[in-house]
Amino acid sequence: MISLSDITMTYGDQTVLGPVSLDIPAGGVTALVGPNGAGKSTLLTIVGRLTAPTSGRARVGGHDVATTPGRTLARVVSILRQENHFVTRLTVRELVGFGRFPHSQGRLTAADHAKIDEAIAFLDLTALAGRYLDQLSGGQRQRAYVAMVLAQDTDCILLDEPLNNLDMKHAVAMMGQLRRAADELGKTIVIVVHDINFAAAYADRIVALADGRVVRVGPPAELMTPEILERVFGTPVEVRRDGPYPLAVYYR
Amino acid sequence: MAEVLTATVVAAPARRPRIAWRFGLLALVVVVAAIGVLTWDVPGTPGSRGFWIAVDLRIVSVATIALVACCQAVATVLFHTATANRILTPSIMGFDALYVVMQTALVFFFGSAALSATDGLAKVIVQSVLMVGFATLLYGWLFAGRRGNLHVMLLVGVVLGVGFGSLSTVMQRLLTPSDFDILSARLFGNLSNSDAEYLPWGALVVAAVLAVVWRRRHRLDVIALGRETALNLGVAYRREVVGILVLVAVLISVSTTMVGPMTFFGFLVATLAYQLAGSSQHRVVLPFAALLGAATLLGGYFVLRHVFYAAGMLSIIIEFVGGLFFLIFLLRKGSL
Repeated sequence: MISLSDITMTYGDQTVLGPVSLDIPAGGVTALVGPNGAGKSTLLTIVGRLTAPTSGRARVGGHDVATTPGRTLARVVSILRQENHFVTRLTVRELVGFGRFPHSQGRLTAADHAKIDEAIAFLDLTALAGRYLDQLSGGQRQRAYVAMVLAQDTDCILLDEPLNNLDMKHAVAMMGQLRRAADELGKTIVIVVHDINFAAAYADRIVALADGRVVRVGPPAELMTPEILERVFGTPVEVRRDGPYPLAVYYR
Repeated sequence: MAEVLTATVVAAPARRPRIAWRFGLLALVVVVAAIGVLTWDVPGTPGSRGFWIAVDLRIVSVATIALVACCQAVATVLFHTATANRILTPSIMGFDALYVVMQTALVFFFGSAALSATDGLAKVIVQSVLMVGFATLLYGWLFAGRRGNLHVMLLVGVVLGVGFGSLSTVMQRLLTPSDFDILSARLFGNLSNSDAEYLPWGALVVAAVLAVVWRRRHRLDVIALGRETALNLGVAYRREVVGILVLVAVLISVSTTMVGPMTFFGFLVATLAYQLAGSSQHRVVLPFAALLGAATLLGGYFVLRHVFYAAGMLSIIIEFVGGLFFLIFLLRKGSL
């Protein structure tokens, strides 16, 4: 689904990313993890065509990100950044409706409305559909943004730290909803997560980055070892395996 | 699913009739003010030849006012959309200052006689082309490049605006008092200045721009969400924003060459339009802004001309009110 070859990103003479070559197969949830400054978000925005890499090629679903027209690409891959602030005052429904723009160019059809309702219902926002975004809590707003991306109905969905600003309960609910989107709707979901344990509990595969390079790619069971995690994060980590999924303990 | 549908269907129509009412009321104000300006206090009995001649003369004023209001209102809304910021006005890019420096330079180098001697369609076209060319160069150069950045572009616009302003001040200091007097009469926006000769051309250009804008109304909604969201939704952000800014330059240059600079009028009208329209969709906001602009200018013109006998003061009063409103808005918002 996503195929990166020799991607690099440099600012001046500082290389912040790469070279990275990576293939992410279709379907499932892939988590990008790594310490601050590892290049996770940069990598995600390159795949999502928000940033142009210094060199290298990124392909999504067979389309070259650099040369495919935006309109075509917007029906293949969608991306949500962690900071979203709009000048315009929008209701949840209006926001989610924007997700249909690549398909209808703003003139919503009955089919578009059905997709919008579906996305709103999928993220439990039906009761809030008529509310303005500035009347919602941080968690509800985050769900509304994800609903917009879902309504865009692309095969590939990229999310930059979707758990940011979410409390325990809402973080778990969000990951559950992303898991369902992958399982029930067949989406390929790539997320950047800060908490390695969320990645271990929900992702099908983890891509560990450090210093702008891919250190290791694999399923959580394989990747969650003290050696790998210590190398990636640069801090002592203990891995417990007595629960349903491996758990990294690193708090002290 | 049924619940979903009812929940959303109920929410929308409740607001719509109120918006339609407001829109109708505004349109009524525009029509009444236009008729008022056209027919109030006309010498001669209604229907006589003298009556029609006077009305014909006034039609030029009314049409100019409507055109200028439309230009300023639409240009400001577009500028807000392109910059994703609602407290800027196109004059921040130094358009007005460029107009002032051109007029001042003309008087400075060729004397005040040149100002009226060169009046004509050719001068208007040259002025407009210079202003639009300046804008296109500035935006194209600063924003279309690989490292193009909106904030850098705005900053350069501000600096150039201040530079033009200072240049004008220096030249104005060196003018003779009589030249300066004639020049400063030109530099205040004056709706009575309008000339029938430019009107059809201005109207044609504005109509073409408005047609382009209306075709892009949905895309404008997306651009207002900012670069990243717009790119995600498949809009060629950079190209669209440069395009919008050039359209803004065209509208402002038409308005400025017709009646002179106006700084806060567009801001006043656009900000009120966002409140009244009850939606941020451009297909609602743009007509509201244009109507509101026409209602304000025509209504103000009528009141000042026929109640206070001070028609020339209108733009000064509007700028005063607009500036005051701008400050209140800033203070209430508490940040840029």
